Amino acid sequence: MTAATETHSEHDHSHDDHAQHGMSNAGYIRIAIILAAMTALEVSTYYVDFGALFMPVLLVLMVVKFFIVVSYFMHLKFDNKLFSFCFYAGLFLAVMVYVIALATFKFFAA
Amino acid sequence: MSDVAVHEADHGTHGHTTTTGLSNNKVAMWLFLGSECLLFGGLISTYMLYRGRVSEGPRPGNVFDIPFTSVSSFILLMSSLTMVLAVSAAQNRDDRGTTLWLTITALLGATFVGGQVYEFTAMYNEGLGFTTSLFGSSFYTLTGFHGVHVTVGIIMLMSLVGIIKRSTIPGDKAEVVELIGLYWHFVDVIWIIIFTLVYLIPA
Amino acid sequence: MAIIERPATAGGVEITPPATPSRAQGGFKRPVSTTGWKSWLFTVDHKKLGIMYGVMAMFFFIVGGIEAVLIRLQLAAPEGKVLSASVYNQMFTMHATTMVFLFVMPMAAAFANYFIPLQIGARDVAFPRMNAFGFWCVLGGGIFINLSWFLGGAADGGWFMYAPNSGPIFSPSHGVDFWTLGLQITGIASLTGAINLIVTVLNMRAPGMSLMKMPVFTWLQLVVQFLLLFAVPVITVALFLLSFQRNFGATFFDVSAGADPLLWQHLFWIFGHPEVYILILPSFGIISEVLPVFAKKPLFGYPFVVFSGAAIGFVGWGVWAHHMFASGLGPVSVAVFSISTMAIAIPTGVKIVNWTLTLWGGKLRFTAAMHFAIGLIVLFTIGGLSGVTHSVAPSDTQQTDTYYIVAHFHYVLFGGAVFGLFSGFYYWWPKMFGKTLNEKLGKANFWMMVIGMNMTFGPMHILGLQGQPRRMYQWTEARAGEGFFNLAFWNQVASVGSIILAVGVLLFIINVVKTARSKELAPLDPWDSRTLEWMTSSPPKEHNFDVIPTVHHLDEFFHRKYQQDPVTHEYKQIATAEEILADQEAHADKHIHMPSPSYWPIVLAATLPIITTGVIYSIPVAIVGGIFLVLAMFGWALEPSTAPETDFDPPAAGESTKELAPLV
Repeated sequence: MTAATETHSEHDHSHDDHAQHGMSNAGYIRIAIILAAMTALEVSTYYVDFGALFMPVLLVLMVVKFFIVVSYFMHLKFDNKLFSFCFYAGLFLAVMVYVIALATFKFFAA
Repeated sequence: MSDVAVHEADHGTHGHTTTTGLSNNKVAMWLFLGSECLLFGGLISTYMLYRGRVSEGPRPGNVFDIPFTSVSSFILLMSSLTMVLAVSAAQNRDDRGTTLWLTITALLGATFVGGQVYEFTAMYNEGLGFTTSLFGSSFYTLTGFHGVHVTVGIIMLMSLVGIIKRSTIPGDKAEVVELIGLYWHFVDVIWIIIFTLVYLIPA
Repeated sequence: MAIIERPATAGGVEITPPATPSRAQGGFKRPVSTTGWKSWLFTVDHKKLGIMYGVMAMFFFIVGGIEAVLIRLQLAAPEGKVLSASVYNQMFTMHATTMVFLFVMPMAAAFANYFIPLQIGARDVAFPRMNAFGFWCVLGGGIFINLSWFLGGAADGGWFMYAPNSGPIFSPSHGVDFWTLGLQITGIASLTGAINLIVTVLNMRAPGMSLMKMPVFTWLQLVVQFLLLFAVPVITVALFLLSFQRNFGATFFDVSAGADPLLWQHLFWIFGHPEVYILILPSFGIISEVLPVFAKKPLFGYPFVVFSGAAIGFVGWGVWAHHMFASGLGPVSVAVFSISTMAIAIPTGVKIVNWTLTLWGGKLRFTAAMHFAIGLIVLFTIGGLSGVTHSVAPSDTQQTDTYYIVAHFHYVLFGGAVFGLFSGFYYWWPKMFGKTLNEKLGKANFWMMVIGMNMTFGPMHILGLQGQPRRMYQWTEARAGEGFFNLAFWNQVASVGSIILAVGVLLFIINVVKTARSKELAPLDPWDSRTLEWMTSSPPKEHNFDVIPTVHHLDEFFHRKYQQDPVTHEYKQIATAEEILADQEAHADKHIHMPSPSYWPIVLAATLPIITTGVIYSIPVAIVGGIFLVLAMFGWALEPSTAPETDFDPPAAGESTKELAPLV
């Protein structure tokens, strides 16, 4: 059964237009380790005093993790740009309107 | 016979080509995820506005258990890895690998949800109810919506496992796994934001 | 009446009919009727769904119109006794809610559903069952909201439902709950419809139809779907927060708990402003089709019309707080939104210029459709001008919450959106139903509506600037003032105008009935149109096109009928619509797959009002509804979108292969 499946999988790659994914399983595991390390760094802010760097570090790590998962795990970086448009348009509008709304509540005022 | 079955699976969209060359279902899923940004953005903004408004009951600093939530956040993050491995297996037409990784993803997700339930129960016992304060209402609403999304994801994952085992899925198998994977990663990504903004950055 | 050919198995067009009963997955045998009420109940055909959306929307137009007339009767005389204050509040809330969510949006959806696939040369939308689901959701949601009239009172907080009026203290009846939950249901329809139509337009265009060869109606509807996709989730959040407050005791808008009522306003208007572009852009799209046809000229500046539509869609996200100038935002926020609101007038102005230049130098034919299209240009411009005065924040502080605002939005919504829809009726009726609406009655319809509209809403500019506030259930002689601008006279004029307007709408209904009874059939291409939906039979066959056209031009259908002489540059007719259609039939595709009807859309849609009823009255009922919802989703997911090949029965030997299309 597995032998038959394997020969079929070679046959199928010629039909299958989403086989051209850049990442191997090892690649994904490497990404996961990077994400885990970043998470550990984030959690360390609870135990270690980062001083003035506290907020920037957390926000930067959050954004970087977000884009790593979206770009690599969700494969957006390698896929057709239309998908990126659909998703980032929503993300952009969300960030824009909600930041502006919070700003009117003086949320970002010192 | 498996030739025919596999060949038909490739023509999930009836062999039609689309104008963009992209799958209808995949475009639909990305559009949906784009709209979900607006949904969670609204819930997160509501929380950010109201987090400090504690007319009664405990404050955020009193009820958050950062070590505990860090562990459950890590578990959810790793479930994204197992999800990606499931998609990879599906693209290699490896049914056993696919169902294995899908099941592990679902289990990790269920562990996360279990952790949330435990956490909420503990908070409730410490005096933070849904109606106690604006902090309570907005916290439970935001994390509740997220938890419901994770639960729906788990149901989809387990249904997919059942369907793959019965080989009765209508449409392209690898694509369905990929699309559920996209949903799952998105839910994880929302938690990445929630974990930082809600838990790690104090009010 | 059109005749749908069912294939004989040898030769001719072989169309795979809907599935015959079988042990299909999903639990139920597939529905099979092609005629009768069942064929409508379980249809996934975009054309049938379009008609159902249209009929439902028309019904709610009349409901909303009756609500409006009652308001005007109450305000016709001082100290009106027609409606009590409480009922008055319900009346204006439901009038607006009905008109926005149950008339204009579904009517635009009706045209979108019917004509987008035809305009892009497709046979249906990308997800036909989801299309059907959307319709049943709107119908269910609309009925659910209106049940409140009979169950303790309708919603009474205004269509924008500001906190704290919307909370349990000031709105103790269940009306607001019916409103909130009903709109969640219709919101699901909008969201799924948006995803469906975007994928359809992106992925199902005929070969050769690049985005810049698409008709403007389709383009602007595409922008609308993106607006819906991103705006609906925002009001979804707002509605959840309100529901949680009213039904579960959360304190989101409870000032005594420290809440900020402005949160509701922001969330509502972040949705609400894109919403008004959702309301107007489809009508802009309709007249962008109508004007060139009846000016015998291509649309002037097609790329500008398209890009300005996209620009409106984008900039429209940055202006919402102009609805909140008097709410205490502070001068910085007010200034920023004032400027952005002025900016958005620009792309709209671009369109007005392009439409006007389309007419300039054209060979104008003043059909009823053309009347309504030109009416839109004039009336929308008037409404747009008052809109510009609102963008000036200090000025708006005087105008806000007065009848001046009511005048503005009725000019743009009635004179704009509704006139555009009526233009669409007169233009596209022959294609949908095989008969043209009576032109004389149509022009009478137009003039009554124009006169009625201007009589009703024109004076409201005066009333507003003279200080009559919105949502005031009575006015008194003492308050009316004297002289030319007294409130009494102009309120009376407005009320008389509303009756004339109602008569105008009645003329349309009479026209529809008269046309349905008439035996006179329309030619295939009565207006000499330019776009692909006219390259079909009237009504189109179930599969739309016998052969999917290959597109070489913008206004492809026009270029198949007319060719330009390379020397004289004059256009000469090379083919008639009938000849083109006959040619298509002769070269018909041999094998056409159409999606099969299904029970699941209506079954799944039916679970939603059960859940919402349970939320209001009994949580166990909601849970049961939720279980049915999950089961229905599984049933749907397991059912293939088209029944497998083995399910199709060829017609038995000797059986007639012709059947009648549903009569409208």
